[in-house]
This record gives sequence, structure tokens and C-alpha cells, in this order.
Amino acid sequence: MIHADRKFYLALLAPTILVLLVFIAAPIAQSVVLSFHRIIVGLPQLQNPFIGIENYQELLHDSVARHSFLVTFVFVSVTTFCEVFLGLLLALLINHRFPGRGSLRACVLVPWAIPTVVSAQMWRFLFNDSYGLINYTLFGNEVSQYVAWLAKPGTALFTIILADVWKTTSFAALLILAGLQIIPDELYEAARVDGAGIWRRFRHITWPLIRPALLIALLFRTIDAFRVFDLAFVMTQGGPADATNVLQLYGYKKMFVEGWMGYGSAISVGVFIIILILAVIYVRMVGRRVLEANL
Amino acid sequence: MAVAFSLVPFFLFVSSAFKTQTQVTAIPPTLWPSFSLDFFHSAIVQYRILGYLLNSVIVAGATTFVTLFLATLAGYALARLPRSWAYFGLLVILACAMFPQIAIVGPVWRFLRLIGWLNTYQGLVLPYVALTLPLAVWILALFFREIPAELEAAALVDGCSRIGALVRIILPLSAPGLFTAAILTFIYAWNEFFLALLIITDPLRQTMPVGIALFQGEHTVPWGEIAAASFITTAPLVAMVLLFQRRIITGLSAGAIKG
Repeated sequence: MIHADRKFYLALLAPTILVLLVFIAAPIAQSVVLSFHRIIVGLPQLQNPFIGIENYQELLHDSVARHSFLVTFVFVSVTTFCEVFLGLLLALLINHRFPGRGSLRACVLVPWAIPTVVSAQMWRFLFNDSYGLINYTLFGNEVSQYVAWLAKPGTALFTIILADVWKTTSFAALLILAGLQIIPDELYEAARVDGAGIWRRFRHITWPLIRPALLIALLFRTIDAFRVFDLAFVMTQGGPADATNVLQLYGYKKMFVEGWMGYGSAISVGVFIIILILAVIYVRMVGRRVLEANL
Repeated sequence: MAVAFSLVPFFLFVSSAFKTQTQVTAIPPTLWPSFSLDFFHSAIVQYRILGYLLNSVIVAGATTFVTLFLATLAGYALARLPRSWAYFGLLVILACAMFPQIAIVGPVWRFLRLIGWLNTYQGLVLPYVALTLPLAVWILALFFREIPAELEAAALVDGCSRIGALVRIILPLSAPGLFTAAILTFIYAWNEFFLALLIITDPLRQTMPVGIALFQGEHTVPWGEIAAASFITTAPLVAMVLLFQRRIITGLSAGAIKG
């Protein structure tokens, strides 16, 4: 390649690099720096002293943070498992040719396109304790049996998990579908000729070949589920009794409601490190070769 | 089953927008709305949702425009650079897409406050551009790569400039890719809530999702108005999905497996 060409391409890349540096890379670096300081918004007279790892020590002894981590962990594992499992079933279904397949695909995509805030309000309405349709469907006119879904710790987390599964299963299905579509039909034909039943065809052809796509769906869903905020903010505000106080919501409260910018940054660095570790593990599992083949 | 699970809850919710106040909280619930437009009227007059809608249109529109412009340049460069460079570049960009917003939001907020951009459109649009660029660049780079470089070489011989070749030869051929990237960017910016909540606290500048999340009645939750606002926010998206599902699906799977 000619030297002038290289300069031209770098010039084209420059604005993108600049935006990503200013709004993503630099903020992450600064979050790390802030997490070593005591910064309280509204009290600038404290002059934001450097306090070393004090924020992190506090974080380790913060029982609310520990609980928040646990809640997030439950949320992430249950939603990603359900979404990838249901997504796989849905993808296997859509992969077959049948009349109306296009409209079916469009219909299952609708929840994905709905703003999370809207779907959160929707579930809050449907789970309402006195006139919600879910109570009515389950208990009819027995008003005394009605459950206050969003006001009880166990059920509140369940409603948020359900809302997330409702919204993003179709996204997981699409990622898996992309993997299914590259499996050549001849493989199935050959197996059928050899007398393999539907289960053995799935077990020995589909499963090994869609594993990379499944792992990628898992990776995307895990990382995205860690960012859950909108659902908890709108449906429960993190309550009752912190039962839905997910990490991003906790960090938000510390930083922007209570103004503890330094401590909040320590939380966000923690979340960041967890996601980084997960991403590295998944990329290892998917394998560099698969990634490279797709680039 | 899948269709019912996907659509029924949403229909039940938005149908409240067409009910009357007594129907919304009735037990047993009224399934068939009376098609009254009272809630739309009060959502527009009392809660001024058209202002929120306008803000959303401005923010999502500007984000789509800027992101697409930058992503076209970057995607083209990555498609034409040697493979090893492009591989590294795409990996770095993918990594940028994986960060949790919470890890950037504190410093971004302080930076915007410093330059006086809190409560401005550009203060929200620029972070959105940063967050939507990775997927857009990714989609476009994979798309441009399928277009043979000989086409540009021919244009250069004919006296076209480099940029001229990109604009006149590559872009027309890439219309479907550009369109996919534009839809996905627009949907992201239209739906985003976390940053919008933090960066814009002035109700006159807030976007639809923030308006819907913070909807408060005087005494009770104004479900009818919330449903009406939700209907207005969601209708354009549902229309997009139904019309362009094929493009959206290609775009979403581009990040995972080359479609």
C-alpha cells in the first residue's frame, strides 16, 4: 500500500478515534482516578483529597453493595440463561420455512424495539396490586388473594427478570439464528439418509455447529444484563428493601443522588472489572479463530 | 405462543390509552377500549408530551446523522486497510461497545458540566454518538469490504478524487448497509434513558423516555396518559420493525456472525 494511502485512511479514522477517546476511553481512565479520591458533589470545600484505596476498603465492608452484587448476579444469571435457552428454541422454530415466517419474525422483534422505559411502565401496570391484569388472570374476582408483586422482595426481582426476558429473548434468538443459517442443509440430509432421528441430528450436527453462536449470544446478553438500570429505576426504584437494587442503580444513587462521586466511581470500576473478566473468559471460550474468521 | 407472549402484554397496556378513566382501573378489567381520545388530549395539553417528542426527534435525528457520517469514514478506512490493522481496529471498537455506561457516566457528567453542556442537545448527542459508533462502524466496515476495490481504482483513473470515489461510487452501492446502521442508531438514541436522565434535568429539554419514566400525577399514577405517551413513542419504532425487519436482523447479527 502506498504511504499516502495510509495517511488518507488514518485521516478518515481520526474523528471516530477522537470521539471514542473523549467520551469512552478517557472517562474510564478518569473513573479509576476518581475512585482514589474523596469527592462529594456539593461540598467542593473538601478539595477532593486523595485517599488511596479507602473507597475500595469501604466497598468491601458495604453490606448494601454486597447485597446489590448478589441481586445483580441472580438477575444476570437467570435472565441470560432464560433468554439464551428460549432464544435457541425460537431460533430453531424460525429457521424452518413455513408460511408467515416473516411476520412471525417481525412480531417477536417488537418487544426488542420498544423502549425499556415503556416496557417497564407496562409491566408495572400489568403487575399492579389492585387492578393489574396479572392478578385478575390468576385470581379472578378473589380480590383478597391479590398479590402486591412489586412490593415483596422475592416477587419484585421476579417481575424485573420477566420484563427483561420478555424484551430481549428475540435479540438472543436472532444471534443464534445467524449461526443456524450457516449450517448447510446437506448435513441434515446426509444424517437423515443414515437414519438419524431428530434428536440425534440436533445433538450431533446442530449443537456442535451453533456453539460459537450460542457463546456469542451469551457474551452479549451477560454484558448487557450487567447494565440493567431502566427496569429497576422505573418499576421498583431498587426496592423493596433493596431487593432489586442492581449495581448500576446503586452506583447511580451514590454518585448522583447522594453526590459521593469518588465512592460511586469505585463501584463503577468494580462493575467494569467484573465485565472485563467475563468478556475475557467468553472470548477465550469462543476462541480467537472464530473471532478472526468473522472479522 | 411466542407471538402471543410478545404482543399481548403490549396490546393490553396501550389499549388503556384508548379507555376512559374508570375503565383503566376497573375490576374486572375492560378488555375492549371505548376508543376515547381523552388521554391523548390530556397527555398533550396537561403533560405537554409533544415537547418531549420534539426533543427526542432532535436528539435521535442528530445522533443518527453524526454517527452515520463518522462511521462511513471510519468503516471505509477499516474496510480498505490491511487485514491485520483492520482486525485490531475492529477489536478495539468492539471493546468500546462492551463498557458499562456506569463506568463512563461520572467523568462524562463532570466534563459536560465543565464546558457548560449539561442540559443541552449537543451534550446528549455526543455521548450517544460515542456509544452508537461501534456497531455502526462494524456494520459498515463489513459491508464496504464486499465492494471490490477495483471500482474505486477505476474512478480514480477517471479523475475522481478519493472522497469523490467514496461519495459517488461506494455510497450508492452501500445504501442497504447505511440504512441498517441508521435504523439501529436511531432506535438506540430514541430509547436511551440512563444518560438522558443524568445529562438533561430541564423538563423543557428532556426526551420521551425520561418523560415517561418520571410521569407523575397529582394523586394517582396517570396510567392512561402514560399509555398514551408510550403509544406515541413506540408507534414509529413498531412501524420500522414491521417494515424493515430483514435489514434490522442483518445488522444485529453482523456483530456476531457475518450475515
